[in-house]
Amino acid sequence: MDNISTKRPPGYAKRIWYFYRDGFREMTVGKTLWALILIKLFILFFILKLFFFPDFLSTKGNTDDESRARYVGTELVERGVQ
Amino acid sequence: MNDLLSLVDWSRAQFALTAMYHWLFVPLTLGLAVIVGIMETIYYRTGKAEWKHITKFWMKLFGINFAVGVATGIILEFQFGTNWSNYSWFVGDIFGAPLAIEGIMAFFMEATFLAVMFFGWDKVSKGFHLASTWLTCLGATISALWILVANAWMQYPVGMTFNPDTVRNEMTDFAAVALSPVALNKFFHSVTAGWVLGAVFVVGVSAWFLLKKRHVSYALKSIRIASWVGLAGILLVAYTGDGSAYEVAQKQPMKLAAMEGIYHGNKGQEFIAVGILNPQKEYDDNQDPFCFKIGVPGILSFLATRDANGFVPGINDILQGGYPTTNFAGDSIIAPSAQEKMQQGRAAIAALGDYRNARERNDSMAADSALQTLRDNYEYFGYGYIEDEAQLIPSVPMVFYSFHIMITLGGYFILFFIAILILERKQLLEKLRWVLWICLWSIPLGYICLQSGWIVAEVGRQPWTIQDILPTYASISAIEVSAVQTTFWLFAIIFTVLLVAEVSILVKQIKKGFNPQPVKNK
Repeated sequence: MDNISTKRPPGYAKRIWYFYRDGFREMTVGKTLWALILIKLFILFFILKLFFFPDFLSTKGNTDDESRARYVGTELVERGVQ
Repeated sequence: MNDLLSLVDWSRAQFALTAMYHWLFVPLTLGLAVIVGIMETIYYRTGKAEWKHITKFWMKLFGINFAVGVATGIILEFQFGTNWSNYSWFVGDIFGAPLAIEGIMAFFMEATFLAVMFFGWDKVSKGFHLASTWLTCLGATISALWILVANAWMQYPVGMTFNPDTVRNEMTDFAAVALSPVALNKFFHSVTAGWVLGAVFVVGVSAWFLLKKRHVSYALKSIRIASWVGLAGILLVAYTGDGSAYEVAQKQPMKLAAMEGIYHGNKGQEFIAVGILNPQKEYDDNQDPFCFKIGVPGILSFLATRDANGFVPGINDILQGGYPTTNFAGDSIIAPSAQEKMQQGRAAIAALGDYRNARERNDSMAADSALQTLRDNYEYFGYGYIEDEAQLIPSVPMVFYSFHIMITLGGYFILFFIAILILERKQLLEKLRWVLWICLWSIPLGYICLQSGWIVAEVGRQPWTIQDILPTYASISAIEVSAVQTTFWLFAIIFTVLLVAEVSILVKQIKKGFNPQPVKNK
């Protein structure tokens, strides 16, 4: 009788939380990889995207679909061989 | 004009650099996923701990490759919005749908089960873990499917209609886009090529263990599995490659002509097995295109038309037209000349301008008339940007040599996997050190083969971003060349650093070897 635990098993949410928490804690090479992924994502989104890859059509003041269509339409017609 | 061409060249170079870098990781992910799945299936069925060790080792290398490669494709999407904004807007609805499905469905599926794959050993049931491994593999493969569907549409634009009001191509038939023969062949060809690369990688790394006389039993077992996957993969690559070449012959004859260095087509066209191109050759002179060649008569005609006596047009035939062919809709026609297509393209672009002006003036009759002209000539819309027919010819040396490197290495890999399987079965492999060195040095050959295939597909379709509809010249944004040059070198540095990081982490893990600790069978 003493050996029977009266503790309720953790619910699904907790089990998933423990699963990920323990998984991350037990990582070896994974920690280096996560660091690499985070550095890469930072460079991609906070340096490259922000400073080097703006949405070109927006930079030309084309913020809505109608003005974008007008801009691209004009570009396509003007670049054609006359 | 010259500035714009320089801008096009730099932007293409940047896109090529990014895509080729991305394509270093993707096929290895696809190939290792299948091999790891098979290894774990054996563990699941036999319960032998050695298969768990083997699976976990290759799974770790899969994880490293996945982690370094993940998100490298996002940079391509950045470039669409900045460098290729005309193109992005023009095709947004069609290109966006497959990419959105890829991002939402496939990537999340892959990412969810990846966690179970790595964290779930001994925590979830063996069956659930195995299912997660295969679902990760499936997720990665489906991811590739949607990217390749989008790419195939650019090579064979179907299932859409052009809306001159929004200046966009709008999808009218999703099935035609997703299930086009170009898309299906491209998908299976690329994915099975990934299996081959994964197999070569496993065989090469295992050969290194045999050379070092470490983990011999694990290495031999790994080689056996990988060689079967590699052999199956390369045979499927050959089969789907034949399908791809047939589709290229029908839909992109200029690409096929460049692949084989054909300037004047013939019936019973020979297939160039080995050749050296004449570097002085111009498309409009009478020089021999080859300094040296060995050709097999009739083979190219058979591959391209399924008739050994079928006519395969050369570069000049395509420019001059006048031979029987089929259009995109599949109707039999006499091929128009490049000049006729250029006239139709110019008429289509002028009609787009007229339509827009008429709409602004609220002149519905003029708008309807212009719209009809646009629709009648839209098939060759992109030719309206071509000034000289020579612009329609892709770089023949680059396409020809890439194609021949690819097929030569493809043939090599068929023999390679057969030889390795025989030697492994006869228990000779670990004794023949020179063979083990060949296995190791075959890893870079696998990468060269796959990159060559990509060059054939992408350089071969120049000058088009969308075949016949939009050339690179019209797709590009009017940005500063210096901005593209800056980001090109920035990418080159970042990619090199990431590549060095990946290779060093991979080498470190490989040197650690398989986990030799006994594992309790569940």
